[in-house]
Amino acid sequence: MISTAFEYARAATVDEAVALLGRDEDAKLLAGGHSLIPALRLRFSRPSLLVDIGRLDDLRFVREDGDRLAIGALTRHAELVRDPLLTQHCAVIAEAAALIGDPQVRHRGTIGGSVAHGDPASDLGTILLTLDAELVARGPGGERTIPAAEFFTGPFDTALEHQEMLTEIRVPKATGTYLKHVRRAHDWATVGVAAARVDGRMHVGLTSMGPTPLRARSVEAALADGASPADAAAHAADDTVPPTDSSASGEYRAHLARVLVRRALERL
Amino acid sequence: MTKIALTVNGSHCEADVEPRLLLAYFLRDELDLKGTNVGCDTTSCGACTVLLDGESVKSCTVLAVQADGCAVTTVEGLAQGDELHPVQQAFHERHALQCGYCTPGFVMATVSLLKENPNPSEAEIRDGLEGNLCRCTGYHNIVLAVQAAARAGA
Amino acid sequence: MSAAANGCSVACLSILGNRVLRKEDPRFLRGEGRYVENLPLEGALAVTFVRSLLAHANIVGIDATAAEALPNVQVITAADMDLGPFGPPPFPGLNPGMGHPLIAVDRVRFVGDIVAIVISDDRATGADAAELVSVDYDPLPALVSPHDAAKDEVLLFPDAGTNLATRTGSPEHDEKLFDGCDVVVSGTLVSQRMAPCPLEPRSAAAELGPDGRITAWLSTQTPHQDRMVLAGTLGLDPAQVRVVAPDVGGGFGAKMLNVEEVLVAWLARRLDRPVRWTETRSESMVALPHGRAQRLDFTLGGTKDGKVLAYRLESLQDAGAYPVLGAFLPNLTGLMASGVYAIPRIEFEGRSVVTNTTPISAFRGAGRPEAAQTIERALDVFAAELGMDPAEVRRRNFIPKDAFPYATVTHAVYDSGDYAGALELALRSVGYDDLRDEQRRRRAEGGATQLGIGISTYVEITNGIDETEFGEVEVTPDGGAIVRTGSFSHGQGHETTFAMIAADRLGMPVENVTVHKGDTDEVAKGTGTYGSKSTQIGGAAARLAADKVVEQAKQLAADYLEASPDDIVLDPALGRLHVAGDPAIALSWADLAARASADERLAELKAEHEFKSAPSFPFGAHVAVVEVDTETGRVELLRLVAVDDAGTLINPLIAEGQVHGGVATGVAQALYESFVYDDDGNPLTATFVGYAFPSAADLPSWEAVEMETPTPLNALGAKGIGESGTIGATPAVHNAVVDALAPFGVRNVDLPANGENVWRALQEAKA
Repeated sequence: MISTAFEYARAATVDEAVALLGRDEDAKLLAGGHSLIPALRLRFSRPSLLVDIGRLDDLRFVREDGDRLAIGALTRHAELVRDPLLTQHCAVIAEAAALIGDPQVRHRGTIGGSVAHGDPASDLGTILLTLDAELVARGPGGERTIPAAEFFTGPFDTALEHQEMLTEIRVPKATGTYLKHVRRAHDWATVGVAAARVDGRMHVGLTSMGPTPLRARSVEAALADGASPADAAAHAADDTVPPTDSSASGEYRAHLARVLVRRALERL
Repeated sequence: MTKIALTVNGSHCEADVEPRLLLAYFLRDELDLKGTNVGCDTTSCGACTVLLDGESVKSCTVLAVQADGCAVTTVEGLAQGDELHPVQQAFHERHALQCGYCTPGFVMATVSLLKENPNPSEAEIRDGLEGNLCRCTGYHNIVLAVQAAARAGA
Repeated sequence: MSAAANGCSVACLSILGNRVLRKEDPRFLRGEGRYVENLPLEGALAVTFVRSLLAHANIVGIDATAAEALPNVQVITAADMDLGPFGPPPFPGLNPGMGHPLIAVDRVRFVGDIVAIVISDDRATGADAAELVSVDYDPLPALVSPHDAAKDEVLLFPDAGTNLATRTGSPEHDEKLFDGCDVVVSGTLVSQRMAPCPLEPRSAAAELGPDGRITAWLSTQTPHQDRMVLAGTLGLDPAQVRVVAPDVGGGFGAKMLNVEEVLVAWLARRLDRPVRWTETRSESMVALPHGRAQRLDFTLGGTKDGKVLAYRLESLQDAGAYPVLGAFLPNLTGLMASGVYAIPRIEFEGRSVVTNTTPISAFRGAGRPEAAQTIERALDVFAAELGMDPAEVRRRNFIPKDAFPYATVTHAVYDSGDYAGALELALRSVGYDDLRDEQRRRRAEGGATQLGIGISTYVEITNGIDETEFGEVEVTPDGGAIVRTGSFSHGQGHETTFAMIAADRLGMPVENVTVHKGDTDEVAKGTGTYGSKSTQIGGAAARLAADKVVEQAKQLAADYLEASPDDIVLDPALGRLHVAGDPAIALSWADLAARASADERLAELKAEHEFKSAPSFPFGAHVAVVEVDTETGRVELLRLVAVDDAGTLINPLIAEGQVHGGVATGVAQALYESFVYDDDGNPLTATFVGYAFPSAADLPSWEAVEMETPTPLNALGAKGIGESGTIGATPAVHNAVVDALAPFGVRNVDLPANGENVWRALQEAKA
C-alpha cells in the first residue's frame, strides 16, 4: 500500500522541529518511523507534513545523572539493548528493548518515537510507567517534565501537545523484569508484565491490558500489605480492560496477566 | 519533490523524489535494482531488507528521503563479479532458498546479523532472523546456511 | 555426495539420487529473479482494484467522479464489462448458478470482491484514486459460518435457491455401522481456514501484440491451463493467447487463474495498452484464495483390543463466496478417509456451502490434510479410551506391507507402502520409549510445563486425477540439451531435477542440460504444478522423451559411423555413442550435434513424450515432541521427526527441502495460523501482523529421515513430496499437545493449538 502524499522537512535542531510542527495542525514528527510509516502505508495516518527529527543525533544517548539515568529520545532500540549503563543500572529497559519487533525494527525504532506513539501494546511505555519515569518535552514555550503516570492518556494519545517534542526520558536506577507473552517472537505483546523495585517499593505494570499502559495498583497495594506474590498476582487484572482482538480474547489476557505477574514477582 | 543524494552499492546517485516514496520503491523503480522484493505492507516479512549505513533495515519502512546522505547496500551489491558473497554461497550450498522471493532479504539480514555476532548459536540465528518470513524452506536450511557462512567468516 | 559415495560403482554411475546443488539458485541469490513485477514493460498502465469493504451488500451506486478528476485516471465498473461470470469450474455436481462476476454486478459477496478498476499512469495515483471511488452499499446479513449458511435462510445467490455448492458421499446412515464395536468414540475437528501466503504477492501484466495476440505474464502455477481458460473466458482462439509464467515466488496451490488475471488480460485488449497489476499483501490476504476451512465430525468404533471396525466422517466445507476448487476438497477428504488403516466399514458425507468470505481453493495438501488430521485424531481418542499406547493402536490397524496394491473401502487404490516400517523408523529415530519415560517422570513431578508426544502416520494422494504431462528433449548444436516441460516450478527446483533426469538418460553432464518451462509459446502443452505431481509425471515424461532422443541418436550415429543402429550403444558415463564392443569408434554428443547441425539433421535429435499415470500414494510417520506451559497454555515444539516416503528420490537435497517447508506449514496450522472473520464478515487477520505466519524464531530444526519405497507407476519410482510434510506434521503436533494435557482430562484442543486454545481446553476439562 502507498501512503497519502505529504510534505517533508528535516529539522536540524529541536527548536526547528518545534517550529515546523507549528506550521500545520496535521504535521507529525518522524523519528525512526517504525510506528508511523506502517500507519502511513495503511493510510491510518494522513499527515500533511512530516518533520524528520531522525538526524538529531545529540538526542541519542544514555547518561548517568546521580541516582537516575537520562535517555535521549532518539536512542534506538538496538542501542538500548547494548548500552552498558542501562545493562548495569536499569537492565529491564535493555531486556524489554531486545523483545521489540525484530533486528531491523530495532535498528531504526527509537524509544521516544515508540513512547510518543502511545500504543497500548508498547513494551517501553509499560516499563516507563512502572519505573515512574519522567518524560521531558520541548515546546514553543520551553521545556516541561511530564511524569509517566500522566503521559499516557489514551490509545495512541499522550499528554504531548501538538507542538511538543519528547527529548529525554529519565528513569531511576532499579532492578526489574519484563515478561512478554507473544504468539510469535516478533509480535506485539499479547500481554506484557513489568515488575520493578523502585525506592524500596514493588511496582507492577501491564501491557495490552487496556487503552494505555497500566499500573497494577491492586497488586502493588496487596504487596505493600505483605501479600505473597501468588496472592497479590490474583489481583493483576483488577481495574483493567483487556481488549479482545485477533491475537487473544480479553478473558485470556486477564488470565495471562495473573500468571505473568506472579512469575515476574517470583523472579525478583 | 525533494532532492536526495546517497550512495547505493558504492555508486553515488542523486534524485528528486516524492516524500512518500519508500526506499524499496526508490531502489526498484528509480535505480532499477529489482533484487529488493516487497512482500508485505506492515514491516513484517523482511523481503525488502537492505543495509542502511551497514545495518539491516526494511526498506519498505524507510522513506527514500530518510536515506538522503546514507550508504545503502542491496543484494546486488554483495557479489564480486562472478564470485558470490560467502552468505550467498552458503545459501546456495545448503539449499536455503526455493522460490527465491524472500532470499535477498534473508541474505541481507544474515550479513547484518553476522556483522553484529560473528559466531551465533542456533537460537541466536533464529532470533536474529525473526524479522524475515519464508514460506518455502521451513527455515531449517537457512539456519544451516547462516552457520556455514559464519564458519566461512562471512 | 558423489555417486561413488552413494554406493554406485562406475558402471552404474548416475547422477540420480545425488544432492546436486540447484542450477536456478544464482539468479535468485544475486537479486536477478524474473518475477512479473520485475519485467520491463514500457508504458504499462497501473491497474488498481477497488474492492468491497463489506462482506455482503447490494450495490446501490458507484460514483467515480472524484477519482477520475485525478490526472489520467480512468475508472471501470461492471457497466463496462462485456464478459460473463468467471466459473464456476466445470466440475460435475457443482451448482452452475454460482459464477463469479469479474466485476461485482449489483451485489458483493465478500470483503475483497472487486467493485471497480482504476487505471492510472502509476501505482501511487492508483491508490489515491481508488479511495476516491465512492460506492453506495445497502448491507445484507453476512453469512460467516458454514453451519449458518447450510440453513439456507440467507442466500448468496438467490437464483440458485440454496447455498449448497456441491455434495459428495452419501447422506444415508447405516444404523448397523458400529455393530460389533466394544468402543465407539466421536469428536469434531475444525481444520481452520488458512491463508496460503506465498511470499510473492500475485502480479499480472498483459499486452496486446500488433498481430492481435495477447500475451499475459502471470504469477501462476499453471500457465498452460491458464491460457486455455483465458482464451475461453475472453472468447478467443487459444492460438491468440500466450501465457508466460516467469519466476514465481511460491504458490502452494493458490496461484491459479483467478478473476484478477482475467481482468488484466481483458484490460490490455480493451485499452490497447500494456497493463500491470501487483497485489499488495493486505489485498492478497483477502483476494488470494484461502485453504482448508472444513469442519469434520467423526465417529470411530472398534474392539477392545484396538481393532478399528467402522468410521463415519461428515465434512462441512466452507467454500467461501464463490465455489472454486475448495468446493471439491471434501471429495479428496472422503477418498483418503481411511488413512493408512484397513478399516472395513466407512461412511462419508461431504457438503460444501458458500459463505461471505474469501473463496477457498487448494492449499498445500488440499483435502488430504483434513482426512489425515481427522483419522489421526480419531485414532488417538480411540487409543485414549482403550488406555492403549497410540503407537500400538496404529500397529494393530495398518494395511500390511504385502497388501499392495490395496483398495480402500472409499475406493482409493494405494500403489505401494510400508506404514509399519515408517512408524517404527520414526519411533526409533525420536527415541520413543525414552521420551515416554521422561514424560512419566515429569508428570509425577507435577511441574507447570508438561511434555507431550504425538504420532501421526499418514498416506496421501498425489497426481490425484490421473493426469498427463508433456516433456520434450532437444539436443542443441553444442551437444547439450534442452528439456521443455509442461510442468512448472515456483520453487520446487525443476531446473535441476528435470535436468538430472534427462542428463542421466542422455549421459550428459547436468550442467549441459537446460530446462525450459512456463511459456506457452515455447512449450507445446502442459498442466502445470499442483497436487505434488511434477516429478512423477513431468519428470517421467522428460525421461521418456530423453530415451526417444537416445534411440534417434543411435540412428543418426549409425549413419555417421556406418554401422547398424542396433549395434550402437550409449555409454552413459562418457556421453558417447559407439559401436558395441568398440568404444574407439565413437561420437560424443558434441560431435554428433555438430555433424547433425552441418547436415541440417539436428531436428532428428528432438523428441517429445506425454506421460499419463494413475495417482501415487506417498506416506510416512511423524513424531512431535512438545512442551506445554499448563498455566499460560503456551506450546513449544521441541522436536519433529519426519519420515516421509515419496518413493525413489531424484535429488534428496531438494526433496528434503520440500519436507522441511511442508512440515513448517503443517506446524503453522497446528500451532499458529488461523484466518478469522468477525460476525459481520470483516477479516481480522488480513496482514502479516494479524495473521500468525511463524518465523524461524518460532520453529525448531526438523529431523527428516529418509525412506524410499518405489512406486511401480513410473520408471523413476517417484511419488510426490510437496505436500507430505504438511499432511503428516499437523496431526502429530496436534496429538502431542493433547497428549501433554491428558493428565488434566483434556481430550481435544481446537486448532491452532495456541496458548489461548490450550488454556480454553484446560478450563473446559476443569469444568
